[in-house]
Amino acid sequence: MSATAERESMLKLNDVHSYYGQIHALKGISIDVKEGEVVTLIGSNGAGKSTTLRTISGLLSPRQGEVLYKGNNIAGTPAHKVAGMGIAQSPEGRRIFPRMTVLENLQMGAFVHGKVDPNDLARVYDLFPRLKERVSQKAGTMSGGEQQMLAIGRALMASPKLLLLDEPSMGLSPILVEQIFSIIKDINKQGTTVLLVEQNALMALAVASHGYVLQTGQIILQDNAKALLANETVRKAYLGEE
Amino acid sequence: MNWTLFFQMVIIGIATGSLIALIALGYTLVYGIVELINFAHGEVFMLGAFFAGTVIGLTGVTSENSTIQIIGTLLLALLACMVFSAVLNAFIDRVAYRRLRNAPRLAPLIAAIGFSFILQNIAIYWKGPNPLIAPKILPREFTQYNILKEWAIFGGYFDDKFIRFMAKDVLVIGITIPLLIGMSWFVYRTRIGTAMRATAQDREAAALMGIDINRTIQVAFLIGGALAGAAGMVALIYNNSARFNMGFQYGLFAFTAAVLGGIGNLTGAVVGGLLIGLIWAMSDGWMPTVVPGWGAQWTNTVIFSILVLVLIFRPAGLFGKATTEKV
Amino acid sequence: MAVSSVQARTEAFFAERKAESNDRLRKVLIGIVVVSLYPILDQWLGFGLLGSLIPILMYALLAMGLNIVVGYAGLLDIGYVAFFIIGAYAQAFLTSPNSFFIRQGLVPGFVQNFWVAMLFSWVLAAIFGVLIGAPTLRLRGDYLAIVTLGFSEIVPDFFTNAAGITGGPRGIGQIAKPPAIPLPGDRSISFSSTDHVSWFYLLLAVGVLTLFMVTRLYDSRMGRAWQAIREDEIAAASMGIPPVSTKLWAFALGASFAGFAGSVYSGYVQSVYPDQFQFSLSILVLSMVILGGIGNIYGVLAGALIIGSFDRILAVKLTIPLNALGRQMESWPGIFGDLGSFFATHSLTADRFLIFGLALVLVMILRPGGLFPSKQRAAEMKGDDDNFEFDDYETNQTVRSARRKEA
Repeated sequence: MSATAERESMLKLNDVHSYYGQIHALKGISIDVKEGEVVTLIGSNGAGKSTTLRTISGLLSPRQGEVLYKGNNIAGTPAHKVAGMGIAQSPEGRRIFPRMTVLENLQMGAFVHGKVDPNDLARVYDLFPRLKERVSQKAGTMSGGEQQMLAIGRALMASPKLLLLDEPSMGLSPILVEQIFSIIKDINKQGTTVLLVEQNALMALAVASHGYVLQTGQIILQDNAKALLANETVRKAYLGEE
Repeated sequence: MNWTLFFQMVIIGIATGSLIALIALGYTLVYGIVELINFAHGEVFMLGAFFAGTVIGLTGVTSENSTIQIIGTLLLALLACMVFSAVLNAFIDRVAYRRLRNAPRLAPLIAAIGFSFILQNIAIYWKGPNPLIAPKILPREFTQYNILKEWAIFGGYFDDKFIRFMAKDVLVIGITIPLLIGMSWFVYRTRIGTAMRATAQDREAAALMGIDINRTIQVAFLIGGALAGAAGMVALIYNNSARFNMGFQYGLFAFTAAVLGGIGNLTGAVVGGLLIGLIWAMSDGWMPTVVPGWGAQWTNTVIFSILVLVLIFRPAGLFGKATTEKV
Repeated sequence: MAVSSVQARTEAFFAERKAESNDRLRKVLIGIVVVSLYPILDQWLGFGLLGSLIPILMYALLAMGLNIVVGYAGLLDIGYVAFFIIGAYAQAFLTSPNSFFIRQGLVPGFVQNFWVAMLFSWVLAAIFGVLIGAPTLRLRGDYLAIVTLGFSEIVPDFFTNAAGITGGPRGIGQIAKPPAIPLPGDRSISFSSTDHVSWFYLLLAVGVLTLFMVTRLYDSRMGRAWQAIREDEIAAASMGIPPVSTKLWAFALGASFAGFAGSVYSGYVQSVYPDQFQFSLSILVLSMVILGGIGNIYGVLAGALIIGSFDRILAVKLTIPLNALGRQMESWPGIFGDLGSFFATHSLTADRFLIFGLALVLVMILRPGGLFPSKQRAAEMKGDDDNFEFDDYETNQTVRSARRKEA
């Protein structure tokens, strides 16, 4: 899949500046995510990737700039309202509800709808059969990989238009990483637009159609994913090649 | 050893304990969600008791009226107190604590201590510094009614010299238990209760699920306040009096109960409340007959020592972490 | 990274502060001279306020001590009165002829002197500070606060209940006053409870001594360690500052000053009983520290002066015109309703709780650093959230760690 000009823009950030207190974390980020795409933000630790997602989902409100979702500026809208608009996030560090069961966590994911759509649940179980085996286990007692699946599954329960994934491969074994990325592809094929934040640039660019490279709060490179994979700077800095 | 007295104190302990449990739940609900020791909670309870006095007084219903009228008035007063204290608690959150959500943890605690003193002073303006005597609404026959003596199923074996299981005790327990059931239904079965539990576990993740955090916190203050209001009315009826400074002792005892059960843990707060109630009654009534030199004046020392020791040695509560779900 | 930044910032801060402190010293000396001339002024103008100034000076002593704990080390102690009681009772045990210990012949004669006993009380309160602090200072801030409150309830209960030793609710009387200081000629400076002038100067001297010690402490290595711990306990610990013993020093020193104040107090009123020492006294002193400017000793002194003078002077004095006003208003019940009769009989001394409760709440909301903030403390108490609207603790944590990274 490659980005095509005819597609509608689903999410657009225009010159977004975000701060943590006095710290200027995002220094004018502009990105464009078109409907049906997988777009990835790559960059090293502290580059501002998660901050970008937090700004989109309303956990952080930007001091300057626009966050256009389906053409409406949602900058500064509180997180719970953003969630209601069809943007779901699987946050950094998973952030599942540790004292709730797997099923309860998934039900929480559907909180915006009021009740659980059995089709959504079936879809999540289909994507993550492991979760089905563990429905009544307390989420906090599961392994890191399982928690990651739960975090993604929970976000999917909102049947979002736009899915924000923050480091889904963090701390997982190579086999699981492969699995997660193929699931991301599946999710996208089923019609969900995905904005993916990753340190694992190789895998991320392999599933994405378009990529942005962040460094200290700024976008230093952007291109379609194939071009970025071929780009020398990217290969050196993020793919570990000399 | 005086077993009659012992069991008498068990009954009193359970009645007082359920009262304390109602207050303790307010501490634990709020702490579970915002990690704030709501120091003013005891005063919200105390004002609930004062409000009960006012409401009952306004209706003009006394023990002379018909049973239906008396029960109706009591229910009305209960409801009024719950609404009053709920709104008061949420109001304090709105004007003070909410502004301090991003401040260091101690800032809202200091504000809460401040509020506790402000409310005490308001109570003095309202009803004066002397104890407020409860309106005479319960008929004498009812307050003196000993179930063990009167009820046929006990075969008439027990007189007033034996254990007295008073209708008043039943009243306290009878108001408390439905409230506890109602509250757990609310927390575990309703949408907003689920939102509360999620918020308590991870506030940001809850917001990402579409939960309005500020509203959820407000609900926690409302429920905590409502339970304190109910406790206030029950305390006024049970003790027959209320005073501006009663919130301090009840509040700290209830906080001890919450800590004992593991703060944030709803079931723990109820168990802790019953335990503290039993300890209170035993220390007041039974221990003096067993331990030479013991007297009710040591009760405070005992309970505050429990508070200090639990915080030092078992800050997660008697049951540790691996128990029932927290809010 | 984080470690060196804390160190660098701390050192820069201290260099700046040294310059400020010289300037301050001059102002303080002028202040002391002015205050010490007050008794002459008082007599000259016939204010008759000297007797009320004595408790205010005692409040100032307590506030300076509590400031070490709350302001410098960042430990919320809401049971500070416990150490004040211990100091007061220690003085009583050591000097009163009614004391159980003296009657048992356990107190050597020289200790029964006011000054010697005061030193003992001071040390004893510090020891209790260590005993109470050692097991509790590991606790989180809010739990620690409750533990201190628990102790401050247990201590007076103990003094009430252990009547065989403590005299129970009636307490202990006939506590020694400072021995008269002979002057040339037949005159001498005596310290009975009505000798306001000599007590005033005694307390002023003790207060200046305390001020001197406390400011020296804050500028010492220990002061730096307190600050580091308060700002970031983990970073400080990784710099080699032991958190518990550093806090313990603050706690014990704070306790010792309360004991000191307690011993002087019991010498002044000459009898102690448990009801003098209630939770509200802890909060009264806390509100002085917080209103004045948490961590800023001069602010704290101002807080003690403001709240102390309301408590001891203004509440009484202002009640008179208020009542007069109320009586006037009573003539127009149509306009003022019951307000007139309320004002006519209301005593402002009944508003003490309200005043210090309001002080705590309003300062926290409107001016977290207090009226005269220490720059550092004000920034800390405020939190970091000028710019983002989401009310969240987690976010703050992120901000703090981001801040550390950046620095």
